[in-house]
Amino acid sequence: MKVQEKNSIVEIRDVSKSYRRGSYTVPVLQDISFDIAEGEFLALMGPSGSGKTTLLNLIAGIDRVDNGSIRVGGVEITTLSEMELAQWRATHVGFIFQFYNLIPVLTAVENVELPLHLTALSKRDRREHALMALRLVNLDHRIGHYPGQLSGGEQQRVAIARAIISDPTLLVADEPTGDLDRVSAEEVLDLMGRLNSDLGKTIIMVTHDPRAAGRARQLKHLEKGSLYDADS
Amino acid sequence: MLILKILFKNAFRNKLRTILTLLGITIAILAFGLLRTVIAAWHAGVEASSATRLVTRNSISIIFPLPLSYRDRIRQTSGVKMVSYGTWFGGVYVDEKNFFPNFAVDPQSFLDLYPEFLMSPSDKEAFLKDRKGFVAGRKLIERFGWKIEDIVTLKGTIFLGDWDFVLRGIYRGRDKGTDETQFFFHWDYLNEGMKKRIAFHPWVDQVGYYMIGVTRPDVGASVAASIDEGFKNSLAETLTETEKAFQQGFVAMSGAIITAIQVVSYVVIVIILAVVANTMAMTTRERIGEYAVLKTLGFGRGHIAGLIFGESFVITMMGCGLGMAATFPAAQLFSHTLGAYFPIFNVEPKTLYFDLLAAGVVAGCAGIIPTMRAIQIRIADGLRRMG
Repeated sequence: MKVQEKNSIVEIRDVSKSYRRGSYTVPVLQDISFDIAEGEFLALMGPSGSGKTTLLNLIAGIDRVDNGSIRVGGVEITTLSEMELAQWRATHVGFIFQFYNLIPVLTAVENVELPLHLTALSKRDRREHALMALRLVNLDHRIGHYPGQLSGGEQQRVAIARAIISDPTLLVADEPTGDLDRVSAEEVLDLMGRLNSDLGKTIIMVTHDPRAAGRARQLKHLEKGSLYDADS
Repeated sequence: MLILKILFKNAFRNKLRTILTLLGITIAILAFGLLRTVIAAWHAGVEASSATRLVTRNSISIIFPLPLSYRDRIRQTSGVKMVSYGTWFGGVYVDEKNFFPNFAVDPQSFLDLYPEFLMSPSDKEAFLKDRKGFVAGRKLIERFGWKIEDIVTLKGTIFLGDWDFVLRGIYRGRDKGTDETQFFFHWDYLNEGMKKRIAFHPWVDQVGYYMIGVTRPDVGASVAASIDEGFKNSLAETLTETEKAFQQGFVAMSGAIITAIQVVSYVVIVIILAVVANTMAMTTRERIGEYAVLKTLGFGRGHIAGLIFGESFVITMMGCGLGMAATFPAAQLFSHTLGAYFPIFNVEPKTLYFDLLAAGVVAGCAGIIPTMRAIQIRIADGLRRMG
C-alpha cells in the first residue's frame, strides 16, 4: 500500500522514556523519531514490553516524555500543563481501549455523550451528536442499554462512537480487538477502516494481532525501545 | 447532570456496602443527636430561666433556710417588682422511684411571677382557695393518672411523715422549654404541718429561697447586690443571683458527667468519619480506572474531586437524614422512660444543625485522601487497573 504524500499531523523527535521500578530505571523508548501523515492508519506492533502502549500514551498526551518533542497538529504537547493537556485531549484525541473502558453506570448513549459535557453544546445538541455517532457504528437500537447488557463487540463500537464524538484530530487505539472474538474483531476493524477511508481520520493502533495490523496502511515495529519500519 | 447521575449511581453500585455504611451513619447520627439532646436537657432549666427573675438563697448553701421575715425587706429594695418564696419539699409518691420535683410555694405570688405555667381560671381559683390543694404539670398528671380532687399522699424525706394533698389544678407549659413535671402546693400548709408535728422545727417560718421579679433585666445585678448588702452580718446572709446563674449552679454540679457525654458525642463523630472514610477509600480504589478514563477524556481534577466528594456527601447526608428522622421517635421513647430525670427532653433545632454540621465535616474529611489519590495517580497507571 502506497501512502499518499500528505502533511505530517504527528511529528515525534528524539523521544525517550524510562520508568522507575524501585531503585532501577528501566528504559522503554530511546531516541524515537518519526512522522505520521494526516489521514494515516498506522499500526504499531512489537513484543510485550517493547513500549508500544507507552509510545501511544505519549502521542495521546496521557503520559510525559523524559526527553524529546511531540507535535500533534502543530501543538507541542510536551510543554503543556496538566490542565492544558486535558483540554487538548478532550478536543484532539479519541481513545479506543482494549477493554472498552465504558462507564458502567451510564447507558450507551450517555457514554458516547460524555466527552461533549466538556463543550458548550446544549443538552439537545449533545444528544443529537451522540445518536448520530451511534448510528455511524450501527448501534442506534441499543442506546438505552448499559455496558453490562452489551456484547464485547458492541461495547467496543460504543467506545468507538465515544472516541469520534468530538471529531478529534487523532484516533488512538490500544489493542482494540484484543478482547474480542474473530467476528466482532472484524466488525470493529471494518469500522475503523471506514473511519479512516471515508472520514479521513488519522488512526494509530497498537496491536499484537497480525490480521488487525494488516488493515493498517502503514506498519511499524517497536523492539527494545527502537522503532523500525515493517519492511526494514 | 450526567456527572450527577454518575455520582448517585456510584453511591449505590455496591448496595450491601452502601446500606451498611448508611446504617452506621444513621446509628451514629442518632446517638450523636440523643447525646446532644441529653446535654440540652441538662441545660433546659437554664434556657427556660427568665432575665427578670432573681433567686435569693442562704449564702452558705441552698440546704440552709432563710427567715420568712426577709420577704418584706426584699420587697422594699429598689428595682424589686414582686417577691415570692418557696421550699424544696423533697417528697416521694408511694415509692422512692417515683421521684419528681415538688415545692411548697406562696401560691398567689408564685403564679404571678411564673406566667409560663398556664392554668384555667377555675383551676387557679380552686388551688388558691384550698390550703391542702396542689397543682401539677400535665406530664406528671399523665404519668400517675391523677384526676382533679384526687387525694395524693407524698412521703416527706426532709419533712418527715405522710402529707396529703388534693389535686386542684393542672398546668401546661407556655412553651416546650417549660417543665411540666413539677408539683406545687401551699407553703402555709407545710409550715403549719411542721408546727403541729414537731415542736421547734428549724424550718418553721423559714423558706428555702426567695424568687424575685425585677422591673427590668438590666437592674438585676444592682438589685442582687443591694439585697445581699442589706443582709450582710445577719444570722442568715444571702446570696442573690439571676435565675439563670442559679440554674447554672445546679448544672455545674454535673459538669464532669456533661463533659463526659460531650466527649462521647465527639467520639461518635470520629467513628462515623472512620466508617465513611473506609467506604470512600474502597470505592475510590475500585473506580480508579474509571477516574483515569474520565481524565483521559479530558475531565479535570475538579470533576474527579466533585465525583468523590459528591458521593461522600450523598452517602453521609442520606445517613444523616435517616439518623435525624430516627432521633425524634427515639427521643420520645427516651423521654417516656427517663422523664423523671429529664423532664424537658426535646430535640432542639440546634441539635439538628449540629447533626448536619457533623455530617458535613465527616463527608468532607472522608473524601480528602481518596480524592488526593484519584487525582494524583498517573492516567496510564489508572487505566491499567481498569482492565
